[in-house]
Amino acid sequence: MIQIRQLHKSYHTEALSLHVLKGIDLEIEAGEYVSIMGASGSGKSTLLNILGILDAYDSGEYFLNGTLIKNLSETQAALYRNEMIGFVFQSFNLINFKNALENVALPLYYKKVSRKKRNIIALEHLDRMGLKDWAHHMPNELSGGQKQRVAIARALISNPKIILADEPTGALDSTTTVEVMEVLTDLNREGITTIIVTHESSVADATHRIIHLKDGMIEYETRKDNGVHITTQPAKPQMV
Amino acid sequence: MTDQLQEILATLKKNRMRTTLTGLSVSWGIFILIVLLGAGNGLKNGVMQNFSSRAVNRISLWPGTTSMPHKGLKSERNLHFTENELDLIRNELEESRLITARINTSQTISYGNEYGSYQVRGVMPNYFDIENLIIGPGEGRFINQLDMKETNKVIVLDKKVADLLFKDDSPLGKQVKVGQLMFKVIGVNSKKEQWGGSNAYIPFSTAQAIFNPNRKFYQITFTVDGLVTKEENDRFNESLRTLMGQRLNFNPEDQQALWIYNAQSDYVETMKIFGVITFIVALIGILTLIAGIVSVSNIMLVSVKERTREIGIRKAIGATPASILKTIILESIIITTIFGYIGLMMGIGLTETVNFFMEQAANGQAVSDEPQMSIFTNPTVEVGYALFATIVLIISGVIAGYLPARKAVKVKPIEAMRQE
Repeated sequence: MIQIRQLHKSYHTEALSLHVLKGIDLEIEAGEYVSIMGASGSGKSTLLNILGILDAYDSGEYFLNGTLIKNLSETQAALYRNEMIGFVFQSFNLINFKNALENVALPLYYKKVSRKKRNIIALEHLDRMGLKDWAHHMPNELSGGQKQRVAIARALISNPKIILADEPTGALDSTTTVEVMEVLTDLNREGITTIIVTHESSVADATHRIIHLKDGMIEYETRKDNGVHITTQPAKPQMV
Repeated sequence: MTDQLQEILATLKKNRMRTTLTGLSVSWGIFILIVLLGAGNGLKNGVMQNFSSRAVNRISLWPGTTSMPHKGLKSERNLHFTENELDLIRNELEESRLITARINTSQTISYGNEYGSYQVRGVMPNYFDIENLIIGPGEGRFINQLDMKETNKVIVLDKKVADLLFKDDSPLGKQVKVGQLMFKVIGVNSKKEQWGGSNAYIPFSTAQAIFNPNRKFYQITFTVDGLVTKEENDRFNESLRTLMGQRLNFNPEDQQALWIYNAQSDYVETMKIFGVITFIVALIGILTLIAGIVSVSNIMLVSVKERTREIGIRKAIGATPASILKTIILESIIITTIFGYIGLMMGIGLTETVNFFMEQAANGQAVSDEPQMSIFTNPTVEVGYALFATIVLIISGVIAGYLPARKAVKVKPIEAMRQE
């Protein structure tokens, strides 16, 4: 599903340039349940943004579902995002003047699905998240867990191949964290490749594969075996 | 398309306050534009009406008193016209067309017990066309060549005079007493005199015979063709003065000896002034409109900045740059057109209201004997402007929306969504 070779990314500001990703090699199969961990500044969010075609990279290669994602026009990038990827964010990123149903239906608007049809589909997805009764509530009338489930419903509505979640539980308490993780785990069981960026071990432990980033490189990986994460692949020799 | 409009309208409705504030500047701009155009039109219509009541290519001559000695003749001679001068103008000036001499006498006109003192003008048949008199169907006819030839004692009355003397009776064919003689009423003129009071008209030949035994008269009016520019009119005036100077023996340089009123050069001058007024009005209107556009653009820019996060989210979930661009520009067009039309309606409403009251006032005045003179007439804008305004509004919307839209397109989703 995802192949990344020697991915480099730097941010340039007037004062300094920051080398964030220093040659990432990564392969994720369809249907995998992966989390990316690392200290802040390790480059995990940058990696997720590149995976989500929200950001460009400087060198290397990124194949998504066999397509090389490089130097895409914004229109093409938008198309791929709409077709392939569902996003879940820490701060939910719901549009605050649209109700839950309208928020969920929005990706289909950009797919040119008729209003009536997309509202029906959106209601189905909300129902699946147990939020049917909240369909016409505005985001500020929902709890954090509800908001995140609305966001997940929105991520799912365009039938994406991949769910990219950036700290999906970062703004939630422990109870709702468990709730949201259950939802994500269920989705993965249905075959959707799920990638979660997190710094919470409890969240990472729920996934089947953990990629540890440090200073823009993969430090090591663990894979779940009988419910326990075992280090499978030490990173390449660390060069300092 | 409908779906997109619904999406935009939903967004606008959710941000009603901002939308209203944005739109009001456009309403105001269009309102000012319409009111200014209306005022400009009113001024133009008013003055045009005063012009068009007479032939615009009309030249009037009055003899004066010489102020310079000429060919052995001393100055301070009083000049007058005779019928020879009429022939001279008719034959020697190729631009001249319709011509009439005019004698003014003040006479008492009476019918039965009713009487009044009016100016009785001895004029020629052409007077009708030169002064654009109006004799409606069933209201008789004007003086003709036969009346002239036979010095008929016939009279045409202004409507007000006829109404006063005859009340509800038809005056046609009746005999009225003018001074000591009986005249037959042959027509009623319903055109209102704009300067001065009401008149009656009799054949020039009759007037000469009855009221003007010495045959001198003091006004000739004629129309000219083919004089368009001010320069041509000035040149014509000069040659006219020279010609009359030779005939009446005065120095062509002597401005006091002959008074020339050339309506055409006045008309040309006035049109020039109106050209300038229209230009200034349009300029002010357009500048106001531009101010409106700039303010919409400005507020849209703020709005885009405010909505950076929303735009970022939309982009993350698959909005293409084109769709963002289209949304913002359409939003701008919708704001400018809706509020523009509100301004348009208010502007047209105001000009029509003013027009309504002015017409009321004019109708109320009609019965009085006051001169009918107005600077403002029909201060409204034509319906064609509405179509024009629509196009202007849409273009304004595009212009206003373009810059903010470009800014919206440049929004980076990650950065947008990161800000709280």
